[in-house]
Amino acid sequence: MKKIDARGLSCPEPVIMIRQAMASKEAAYEMTVDNVASRENVTRYAEHQGYKVEVRASGGEYTLTITR
Amino acid sequence: METEVKLTKLASCAGCGAKVGAGTLAQLLDGFKTHKDPRLIVGFDKSDDASVYVIDENTAIVQTTDFFPPIVDDPYLFGQIAAANALSDIYAMGGEPKLALNIMCVQDSMDSGTVREILRGGYEKAYEAGAIISGGHTIHGAEPIYGLAVTGFVHPDKVLTNSGAKPGDMLILTKPLGVGVITTAAKAGLVDDELMSRLHLQMSTLNKAARDIMVRYKVNSCTDVTGFALLGHSFEMAQGSGCTLHLTVDRIPYHQEAFEFADMGFIPAGAYRNREYAEHGVSAPGVSRPMLDIMYDPQTSGGLLISAPEEEAERMLGEFYAAGVFAAAVGYVTDRSENDPYVVAE
Repeated sequence: MKKIDARGLSCPEPVIMIRQAMASKEAAYEMTVDNVASRENVTRYAEHQGYKVEVRASGGEYTLTITR
Repeated sequence: METEVKLTKLASCAGCGAKVGAGTLAQLLDGFKTHKDPRLIVGFDKSDDASVYVIDENTAIVQTTDFFPPIVDDPYLFGQIAAANALSDIYAMGGEPKLALNIMCVQDSMDSGTVREILRGGYEKAYEAGAIISGGHTIHGAEPIYGLAVTGFVHPDKVLTNSGAKPGDMLILTKPLGVGVITTAAKAGLVDDELMSRLHLQMSTLNKAARDIMVRYKVNSCTDVTGFALLGHSFEMAQGSGCTLHLTVDRIPYHQEAFEFADMGFIPAGAYRNREYAEHGVSAPGVSRPMLDIMYDPQTSGGLLISAPEEEAERMLGEFYAAGVFAAAVGYVTDRSENDPYVVAE
């Protein structure tokens, strides 16, 4: 699983990062963000690309598990 | 090779997306002690677009200020858009802008040519609105900022607040939505030049033509759709008026490309702040996620949201079309009972 740390970044950087990462068409990604907008935006992008997203929240951070 | 510093790269949030959320603002102002003056007919407590102070039976002063970090890289265009956005609050009160002052923050890497172009854009846009910029104040800071403090006039009996909507009114919106979403997608390089120029033209277009037609009709309420988005501003109008605003989703105008960009997650953080602020008052059960995102999307220099009796609104729409002013009927107003939502998107 490819891990991406997008903490400290705001819109649209995390989406740009997941978009670039998805060019390699891996089966699963794990992305960490630290704000609601990034959590929501990355979820939208992954779902738009046909992936499923699971979110775990902990201490103001969100870990998104993105799988086909 | 590009050597010029890109203005938008110096800003952490773009345009009206930088606005502090309505919920946060309300918290900051909670319990703030204010003083009353009978001549101040629209003030601090009203969450309106501008303040209104009555001079005599024929004249009231309308005052407002608005400023934000660069939303475009072209400094002249940034000046024009920031000025059009600031002047809009005067139009939203039914007034005419007459004088304005620059508010500017210069970041160290900006050269004098860039600063001059921003100021020229603002000056020319203000002049187009019939206002003269007579001075201002400039400071150094971490991010560029530009905007205006504007003074206008209105007849005291013709003030249009955002709290006068009445059951039976029709709602008209005078610019299409999608500005925040598209400018966010533009940061990822996904927006073509044609769409970008369309957006630039829209953001730098004054709400003057729409206002000049609007004031010839009986209008109950008006606001401009900017940082708090269509749903945030509709929520404020509904709360202020004690009514329910019904938005007909199929008739809400937006730039088509914004739908796909929203579905891809190119949504400014301000849209989520707007949703947090307004969603408890909004009912939108059948609305798709991207469309709802567009309705929460902060608009830089957005259009007027006009609430007028149906017959007046129909005639006004006809005049907007004839004059080539963009306008769409987007909904209607009904009575609100205690447990009804303030805004229904259907």
